[in-house]
Amino acid sequence: MNFQTTIGLEVHVELKTNSKIFSPSPVEFGDNPNANTNVIDWGYPGVLPTPNKGVVEYGMRAALALHAKINQHTHFDRKNYFYPDNPKAYQISQSDVPLAQNGWIEIDVDGKKKKIGIEEMHIEEDAGKNTHNPNGYSYVDLNRQGTPLIEIVSKPDIASPDEAYAYLETLRQRIQFTGVSDVKMEEGSMRVDVNISIRPYGTDKFGTKTELKNLNSFNYVKKGLQFEEQRQQRVLLSGGQIQQETRRYDEASNETILMRVKEGADDYRYFPEPDIPNVEIADDWIKQIEETMPEMPERRRQRYVDDLGLTDYDAMVLTQTKEMSDFFEAAVAQGADAKLTSNYLQGDVNAYLNDNHLDLQDTKLTPDHLAGMIKLQMDGTISSKMAKKVFKAIMDGEEPNDYVKAHNLVQLSDPAQLQPIIDGVLDANAQSIEDFKNGKDRAVGFLVGQIMKQTHGQANPKIVNKLLMTSLNAR
Amino acid sequence: MTQQFDNLTELHQALVNKDLSATELTQQTLTNIHDHEDALNAYVTVNDDEALAQAKQADESGIDADNVFSGVPVAYKDNLTTKGLLTTAASKILYNFKPVYDADVVTRLRAAGAVTIGKTNLDEFAMGGSTETSYFGTVHNPWDTTKVPGGSSGGSAATVAAGDVLAALGSDTGGSIRQPAAFNGIVGLKPTYGRVSRWGLIAFASSLDQIGPMTQNVTDAAAMMNVIAGRDERDATSSSKEVPDYVAGLSGDIKGLKIGVPKEFLGDGIDEGVRDQIKTAIKKLEALGATVDEVSLPHSTHGIQAYYILGPSEASSNLQRFDGIRYGYRTPNAKNLEELYVKTRSEGFGDEVKRRIMLGTFALSAGSFDAFFMKAAKIRTLIIEDFKKVFADYDVIVGPTAPTPAFGIGAETKDPMTMYMNDMLTVPANLAGLPAVSVPAGLVDGLPVGLQVIGRPFDESRVLNTAFAFEQNTTFHELKPSMSKGGRA
Repeated sequence: MNFQTTIGLEVHVELKTNSKIFSPSPVEFGDNPNANTNVIDWGYPGVLPTPNKGVVEYGMRAALALHAKINQHTHFDRKNYFYPDNPKAYQISQSDVPLAQNGWIEIDVDGKKKKIGIEEMHIEEDAGKNTHNPNGYSYVDLNRQGTPLIEIVSKPDIASPDEAYAYLETLRQRIQFTGVSDVKMEEGSMRVDVNISIRPYGTDKFGTKTELKNLNSFNYVKKGLQFEEQRQQRVLLSGGQIQQETRRYDEASNETILMRVKEGADDYRYFPEPDIPNVEIADDWIKQIEETMPEMPERRRQRYVDDLGLTDYDAMVLTQTKEMSDFFEAAVAQGADAKLTSNYLQGDVNAYLNDNHLDLQDTKLTPDHLAGMIKLQMDGTISSKMAKKVFKAIMDGEEPNDYVKAHNLVQLSDPAQLQPIIDGVLDANAQSIEDFKNGKDRAVGFLVGQIMKQTHGQANPKIVNKLLMTSLNAR
Repeated sequence: MTQQFDNLTELHQALVNKDLSATELTQQTLTNIHDHEDALNAYVTVNDDEALAQAKQADESGIDADNVFSGVPVAYKDNLTTKGLLTTAASKILYNFKPVYDADVVTRLRAAGAVTIGKTNLDEFAMGGSTETSYFGTVHNPWDTTKVPGGSSGGSAATVAAGDVLAALGSDTGGSIRQPAAFNGIVGLKPTYGRVSRWGLIAFASSLDQIGPMTQNVTDAAAMMNVIAGRDERDATSSSKEVPDYVAGLSGDIKGLKIGVPKEFLGDGIDEGVRDQIKTAIKKLEALGATVDEVSLPHSTHGIQAYYILGPSEASSNLQRFDGIRYGYRTPNAKNLEELYVKTRSEGFGDEVKRRIMLGTFALSAGSFDAFFMKAAKIRTLIIEDFKKVFADYDVIVGPTAPTPAFGIGAETKDPMTMYMNDMLTVPANLAGLPAVSVPAGLVDGLPVGLQVIGRPFDESRVLNTAFAFEQNTTFHELKPSMSKGGRA
């Protein structure tokens, strides 16, 4: 029997507003527990939520990036449940009228394009964090409480783990381009809840779905789904039934392990949040945001291929983040060669970022400096070998032209200056000339080395080669 | 001290003239409160030391001649947060709770120079109409201590009626300011929803709650509104509408005022003595130049049903935060998280609060949401429409505040339904968010009756002026319980 797979993804994205969604506390991570909290975040008696207008605006940006329709009359709802990291015992979220609905994004799996529908996107507040200490006490840190989130729910269009991976990658990229979030799984600013079901080909009714937890990277999402897809097939083919259950992905064994079986649906007793007036979004507001939306990654990729002659692959890598893409464009605008700039960003720069665990925007490198270095290389002022030194310098924030001058790194390309040096080396190495005449090409390398040594590595290797061959043949 | 002051203006003049100091006034007020406490139990906390310190400071910095509250003791219902001062909502679950911040109304009154004299007793979490559900014991009516003071703002009403203070704050979710005001022969105003910030009011039902003044006369209620009304950024539901000078709006002239009297407000279930008293009051208003017609609020009779779905629904959610984890009572008997929740809440809440939490939880549940919560929300909309229709032709709506005068302690707590019916005349104004005042309208069997005046949204000025015209042309507000004679500073 053949099966078809249906995957649903619920993606939570933290919005990087300055303050929380319903309190003036700052949205900052890594501070001491409960440092960034106030009475609202504590769920104190008598407090009220103060809605942050910026959150709605950020949410609208994300919605437009997902081609979703914004609901102009929307409101918040309360989702009720008890947990120590949920101080009011309700989460302010949205239920029947989300901020946006009916969006889509286009994914590309091995060159095959497919539109994946977005059911809805709503805004809500994040909960705090519980930690369980071996001393027997549990601790609650409310720093994260009230961090604004958007939740993006996919339509049941995702049919394979590869599509799920591509969906997440595309979603991450598009949101990242809007600038409303860092969208980093490793930092928790993007979180993914996954469900998967399978059914025999051609049948209408969806199979029973299982939920997967502990998927901390896109790769694990894919691997977890692959395992679960196979497991469900094995169960059904052996005559078993799929239970509605939550399973944990285990990274070490690359399998999913049963956590709990779901009994009935949770009842969160949603009802309209009475402490916050309805959110009314005027046409003008949407228009204003539409007009300030950044160019989306696929448009940029197209330009890079059509106008700058880059490969699809290069264009794809350069548009992973808006920062990288903006940087690339700024450097090219300064006159740097597009291909060389692309190579540097994907090669040396990327290696530097990985080694130092930094984002491009956190380094001292500027598009001006990178372009400056590339131009020096393009006009032959410096060799590619010299460029390595210059690269180190510009990563430390130095201006490439100044650095080259200060360190006398200018390449020696003038034949009138090089010829006497070449003549001197040839005069001193009669044996090498003999070897060359006898067909030993190795001699040329030796002679070039001698010339480079005499010029402290500053001779332009191309010119040296040309002059040397002429001189050798003349002897 | 035997000198009495009938209103804030007189008291303020005496303070400005240094006929008495704020310290003397506060001392006398504290003495009176303590003298009455055995009989009334009007306070959860009397703020003796801090109040005297505040009064002393007022004396030292000088009474502000432009500020009628300068150096004047004010009592706050104990569901309003006061920084560093016990705030219990009359519940065991907050028996030890000292807030770190002041409610917006407290901040405003403090800034106006008011002295925080104490925190008044109430029905637990303001759930009740008799102030009998308080963890800190029943409050007694100063007119007859075998009677209830009404509720839930029974402590504030009793201490004002007893003459301890001229001004107190209450909160009104379904009549909790107006009904006790009526039962105690004082003035109580529930402002328009959004006129006064709810920041620092321990929520009962967020879409219905409103804080308002409880005073001995209309002018003082207007003066208090001048201080507490206005936009607060911390309450998203508070209005930015300009706040008029409510005292200046008291002309006493109601010539040509169009009054509607809903037939539903004088029908079955209204005590005959109350009905007579209110009919006399309405004649008085007519004599003062108003025109009076019978009108209808056909859906108002369903107000109680809607209220007892919507109120408990919101309450069931609002009260979930009392979980024993961050503040207040925590059970000593829990072995795990589940038990911590269940036992803390089982031991911390009283019966009436539990009843409403269960009602609300049920109404919001997946299987009953449409049949209960949504239906109640629709009734609410119909009631709002009823009011809109009447207010298209009439300036104010007038009727009794409560169907009966104060009833006996213990008489209705046994039967929640009778108790709930007591709110039927006050609940519609909450459901529609309208301003409504109760003003003394005489006695029935020696117990006070209140005349209710309901107005258009943000039309507090007209509502107060109607009550003021009535008050100025009657002597009902001069009737005091015997307890207050000679006692009030």
